[in-house]
Formats: sequence, C-alpha cells, structure tokens
Amino acid sequence: MAKVTIDGISVEVPDGTTILQAARMIGGDIVPPTMCYHSKLKTSGGYCRTCIVKVTKGSEKDPRPMPKPVASCRTTVMDGMEVQNLTSPDLLEARAGVVEFLLINHPLDCPVCDQAGECDLQNLAYENGKAGTRYEFPRREFERIDIGDKIQLHMNRCILCYRCVKTADQVTDGRVHGVINRGDVAEISTYITNAIDNDFSGNMIDVCPVGALTDKTFRFKSRVWYTKPMDAHCKCTKCSGKVRLWYKGEEVLRVTGRRDQFGEVTDWICNECRFEKKKTSDWTIEGPAHIDRDSVISANHYESLKALKADIDRQRKALPHGDKVTLGHGALDPNNQ
Amino acid sequence: MGRKLLLENDHIEGIRKLDVYRKHGGYSSLEKALKTMTPEQVVEEVKASGLRGRGGAGFPTGMKWSFIAKPAGVPRYVVCNADESEPGTFKDRYLMERIPHLLIEGMIASSFALGARTSFIYIRGEYFYVARILEQAIAEAYEAGLLGKNIMNSGFDHDCYVQVGAGAYICGEETALIESLEGKRGNPRIKPPFPAVAGLYGCPTVVNNVETIAAVVPIIKDGGAAYASIGVGKSTGTKLISASGHINKPGVYEIELGVPVEEFIYSEQYCGGIRNGKKLKAVVAGGSSVPILPADLILKTAAGESRLMTYESLADGGFASGTMLGSGGFIVMDEDTSIVKNLWNFTRFYHHESCGQCSPCREGTGWMEKILHKILDGNGTLADVDLLWDIQSKIEGKTICPLGDAASWPVASAIRHFRSEFEEYVRNGKSIKDVKHYFRLHQVAEA
Ligand SMILES: Cc1cc2nc3c(=O)[nH]c(=O)nc-3n(C[C@H](O)[C@H](O)[C@H](O)COP(=O)(O)O)c2cc1C
Ligand code: SF4
Ligand code: SF4
Ligand code: FES
Repeated sequence: MAKVTIDGISVEVPDGTTILQAARMIGGDIVPPTMCYHSKLKTSGGYCRTCIVKVTKGSEKDPRPMPKPVASCRTTVMDGMEVQNLTSPDLLEARAGVVEFLLINHPLDCPVCDQAGECDLQNLAYENGKAGTRYEFPRREFERIDIGDKIQLHMNRCILCYRCVKTADQVTDGRVHGVINRGDVAEISTYITNAIDNDFSGNMIDVCPVGALTDKTFRFKSRVWYTKPMDAHCKCTKCSGKVRLWYKGEEVLRVTGRRDQFGEVTDWICNECRFEKKKTSDWTIEGPAHIDRDSVISANHYESLKALKADIDRQRKALPHGDKVTLGHGALDPNNQ
Repeated sequence: MGRKLLLENDHIEGIRKLDVYRKHGGYSSLEKALKTMTPEQVVEEVKASGLRGRGGAGFPTGMKWSFIAKPAGVPRYVVCNADESEPGTFKDRYLMERIPHLLIEGMIASSFALGARTSFIYIRGEYFYVARILEQAIAEAYEAGLLGKNIMNSGFDHDCYVQVGAGAYICGEETALIESLEGKRGNPRIKPPFPAVAGLYGCPTVVNNVETIAAVVPIIKDGGAAYASIGVGKSTGTKLISASGHINKPGVYEIELGVPVEEFIYSEQYCGGIRNGKKLKAVVAGGSSVPILPADLILKTAAGESRLMTYESLADGGFASGTMLGSGGFIVMDEDTSIVKNLWNFTRFYHHESCGQCSPCREGTGWMEKILHKILDGNGTLADVDLLWDIQSKIEGKTICPLGDAASWPVASAIRHFRSEFEEYVRNGKSIKDVKHYFRLHQVAEA
C-alpha cells in the first residue's frame, strides 16, 4: 500500500496505482481531466497531457519534487508522494496551455457536430480553457472519409488520442486503421480507405472523445440533449449485450456502450447490438441512465435541476459583475431549449 | 597538441579495410577484452573512465550499463544510435565513413560486456551509403571470425546487424528508435519502463551513440584510468565536435575535453577563426536544440571565467547565461547572421520532425513556426514576440520526449539574448537586408 496526498487530501492505495486512479478514488474536483486515458484500454494515456499534475514530493524515501509536471494517468504513486492539482496555479496555467494547444487546430464546428453535448473536448475547454484564442492562422483541414458504411471519420476534429487505435488493437479481431504521417499533419487513416468492417469496430465511436468518429446511422438525427438515455440489455452471443439506448419519443435513435462517470466505456458491445437492434422490442429496458458528466443531457431530463443551477452559478461568478447577472424567466425550464 | 583516441588513424590510406585497421592495432582491444577480461571488468573500466553518452544527454555510460536488468533466460540487446539528425551534428557519419571497424569493434566489445548475443546499428536513411560501408565492414569481420560463433576462440558468440531508418529525427530518441527497429511507427515510448529494463522486443537493452561505443575501444586498450586522466573534472576523455558555420575550417575535430572555447574557435588547429575577418556574433554549441549564446557569453561565463569545452563549463550559469555541450554540433555565426531567420529555420525543423503524439509539441511547434514566419514577412507585432515566449514555455517540460524541449530552447534563448533583433524585424519588416535569402529558403520550404 502507498499513501498519497493530492491537493491536501490523503488516500491509501495499492502499489502500482496511478496518480489519476488515486485521485479518482478521492473523487470530486481534484480529479484531473483526461482525454486520451481510458480505463478499459491497456497502454492508453500519456498523449494529450491534460491530466498533468505537479509532484511536490516524490516519496517518503526520496522527497525531492519531480522537476516537470507528470501525466497523472501514466505515473504510479509512491508511498508518501504529494501531488498538487487545483492547488497549483502554475499547473493550472500549464493545463490551460495544453487545452489551448488542443483547440488551435480544432474546427470549433460544434453547432454542426454530432458529438456536441457529450464531447470531452467541450467539457475540457469549458472547465479548463480560456475564452478567446490567440491563434490567427488557418486551421488544419482534412477531407471527411467514410470508413465503412457505419462510421465516418472527420479528421479535422481528431485530437490524436490513440484511443480508437488501441480499441481496434485490443477489442476487434484486426486493426485496419492507424496513424499515418507525423507532427501536426499526422492523421488517422485506414490502409487505402479500407473499410473498417469488424464485429466490434463500433466501439471506436464510443471511445472517441470528440466528434472525429461518428455513427453514420445516427448522423444529424438529433442533438444528443434531445435524446433520453436508457440502460438496456439483451442476450447477445457476441458481446455483453449491456447497452445504452438513446430515445427520442418512442424511437431508438442510436445504441451505444455504457459509460462510467468519467465517460469511459464500461462494456464493449458488438456491431449487431449497436447498429441493427433499434427497436424497443429488441431489448429489456432497465431504466433511465444516470449521466452527470455532460450536464446538458442530464439536466434536460430526469435529474434534479440542482446540479445545473450550481453550474450556472459557477459560470456566473466567473463573469465580471456576474453576481448582478440574472437569468431570464424560464431559463431553467427543461422544455425551454 | 590534443591527444586523439578515435580519429588517430583516420587519415591512413585504406583504414576502412579490415587488414589495414588491424595493422594499426585494430581489434586488439576486443582481443584483450575477450581473452583477459570478464564482462564485469569491462563494465568497471568503462565506469572508471568517466565516459559520458555522446548522443546529447551526457549520461554516464558505465552507470547506464550497470542498470541493465539481467533476468535469466531473457536476451539482452545492444543498440547503436546512428540516427544522427540534429542539425549541426555530423561527427558520427565521419567516424563511420572513415573508420567503420572502430564502431564494429566497439559494438562487439560492448556486447561482450553487457552479455548481448545480438546487436543492431540503427542508421538514418540518408546515410544509406554509410550503411553500405558498415555492412562491408561487418562482412569482413564475419569472414575473419570477429563476428559470429566463438569469436577469437573465446566462446563468445555475437551477431551485429545494420538497420536503415526512413529519415526521421525522432527515431534518434532511443525509445522511438526501438519502436522503429521493431518495425513500428517511430513514436517515443512513455517511460518508465526504461530500455534497460524493457527495451527492444521488451528485453533489456542499452542504446548508445556511435561515438560512445567507439570510445569503449580506447578505454579497453589503455584502461579507464588513462581515459579519465584526459579532460577536466567530470568531463573526461576526448569528444568529436562537428564545427560548422562562418568559420575558416569547418569539419570534425577530436578535442580533449577542456579546450577553451576561444581557442577552439580561433586557433589554427581547430576552426581557424571567423571567415572573411568578420566578428563572432553567436554560437550554438551542441546541436540546434541547445540554447544559442551571444559572443561574450560563449567565450566567457557570466562570472567572467574563460568558458571551456566541457559539459560543466558550457552549462555554467544555467539557461540564463549558459548552454549545453549536447551532441557537439558547434554552429558559429558571424556578425551578418540574422538570429530570427536562423531561429525560423530551426523551428521549421522541429515542426517538421515532431512525431505528433503529444499535444503541446504537435500543435505548438507549428504555431511557433507560423509566428516566426509572420515576423520575417514583416507582419509581426511586439505581442507576437511575447506570444512566442509563452508558447515555448508551455511546450517545455510538458511533453513525452525531449523533442518538445529541443524545440523550445532555441526559441527561448534567441528571445532571451537577442530580443532587440526580433523588435527590429517587427519595426522594419521586409526592408531588412537578408530578406532575399530568406525568400529563397521560404520558396524551397513551400516547394
Ligand atoms: C528528439 C531526439 C533525437 C535524438 N537523436 C539522437 C541521435 O541522432 N543520436 C544519438 O546518439 N542520440 C540521439 N538522441 C539521444 C538518445 O535518446 C539517447 O539519449 C542516446 O542515444 C543515448 O546514447 P548515449 O548515452 O551514448 O549518448 C536523441 C534524443 C532526442 C530526444
Ligand atoms: S479519431 Fe477519435 S478516438 Fe481516434 S485518435 Fe482521433 S480523437 Fe482519438
Ligand atoms: S515531444 Fe514531440 S516528438 Fe516527443 S513524443 Fe511528444 S509529439 Fe512526439
Ligand atoms: S489523459 Fe493523461 S495524458 Fe491524456
């Protein structure tokens, strides 16, 4: 066991735990944001650098601080380690820098992006970024590619988190896509626009933190916050059969894997469950899914409005003269979009 | 006169050939190691020599060797880093081209010390003709029983292979090199684990620079103590310096560590002074990634002491007033050089060479290049200079591998020491006299 202290809160964790996992055990605001780490994917993490933290004391044995911020998702704790996340202004500034880097070439086309509302990059930018950009050059552009009949790749939005590559390696029976080229022209691509056609390929859509890989059977059917997530299951011979159905009225618009509170998929599902079973009668419904990460989805539906109010309060306080800002009548009415 | 340990025989006709190399004492170190020493004794001599990695970081080689894990039944590998791609560095090429057997001998001896049955020389794609030279040398060595089974009847078996890269600077970073050697995309690995524990094919691996491995030969020959008697303090032995830029005698020089920088630049023995009688303006002392220093700070430390060609003296003053010995790529600039233009060129390089794995380096290097471009085009503002400073500070230390730092340091040091030049570009833009040359470069870059 090792004792680690993050932002002044101590926790005992098994040896080999990462700083990120330890922070998640503590929970709350001190959990560093993540974009490329995914708990179900081996060797994920380390790329995006959003989860960086400052290690102010290496361990009880060797108390020296670490000279540079470290990726919390890939750094294991040592007994006696002390870590700063929210309590270090330098670190928050460095993280804001990472967020800025992730956004300078991002098209910011949220209004026409299917991921909007459940996008990790939106959440990240909203919580850790800065208003406005200092980037004044043309953004990088790629052609949109259909990789197979179910998935569309919109490379402009990709943040090269490598999650889809690891999913293809670890979950499907053969990877036919990967990263080609290097630097800021690196891109996700298939071998000569090969179709990604494989029983589990749809999971790549779920692990993609942004709108780079989207479900063609769902494209533009609805904004996600107009849909209601329901957990459901079926007896499937290929996968766990544990899914999330997204309803608009009586209609199932899409089927996805379930995610945990950090937005990471808990059970991989097969393409048949994802793309073929879009009738309520295909499923045993368990009940409404709880989502507290993407507030627009949850607040629009079943959750109490408390969380949303708190969130709006927080935004308001961040504004100059925010305390004087009042919300218009009905602003918190879920039917008022 | 400085002693030469590596390039002592480089001028000898036919030294590339095994018989000539052996006539001049070649492979006697290997013989000594195989016949009279245990592997541990070789490691001890390397430790005693104080040899430090010549690839750039200067990490003590003996210490690196003693870290290698030795689990039973698991092969170990020695890998030679011949990717030499840092702008301004061309010493490894010279050594391999001239005296390939020195490297081969070093590879076999190092592999004996580390218990490696197999070793690889990973060489950059642009050096394909050097790869051929190495392959010929290896073929000769096999024929003479210096490679293969039961080398010199010692019972030690060893195979050495040359692998040509595809031309990527990043494949010089040791874990990207290992990935590339395994046939994968050359992305640096996230450490730990370090190669000494899990390197090539997951096995314990030592990666060393060409010059480091070559230096093992004289260390075995004369002993670690003799090697350590050359140099100053923790900078022992000799070092190959690739001297380029506005000097009278560019080339590769073997120096005893500790030569004063001033002597290195101005003496006839080395660079022979600044070309065309011009004045010295600045030096990049250890390959393009190390901080640039203006003439006064490269010749003397901030405390006014004469600066020496050693790891410690060049680093004296930290980044505020010092730099690094790095890989020994010594780039000299005369008074007519545009620091901003040169920086743009370096930054363009790092932008082009970033592997793209981590966000700060992938996005930041290109952003910096674009801003420098804008400044050179005469469209920059003073705020752009501050923005550049801020961007480099947000890349440095936040990336997976040191390429992010390598891209940041030139920017930071150029602004730190030559801010007024950036301001001049902002004010005068295109009227600056070297702009024609810049446009030529610019067109090449876009073609
Ligand atoms: C971007 C990058 C490029 C590098 N290129 C080289 C290279 O071309 N040759 C080299 O010997 N070391 C290079 N290095 C350093 C290697 O990672 C490694 O430290 C070195 O090969 C170790 O050998 P040494 O201890 O003998 O110096 C590079 C490092 C980085 C981060
Ligand atoms: S397509 Fe999505 S999952 Fe794949 S690397 Fe890009 S952002 Fe990550
Ligand atoms: S710092 Fe640059 S080169 Fe190194 S891993 Fe990150 S993106 Fe690749
Ligand atoms: S989540 Fe840790 S680096 Fe991306």
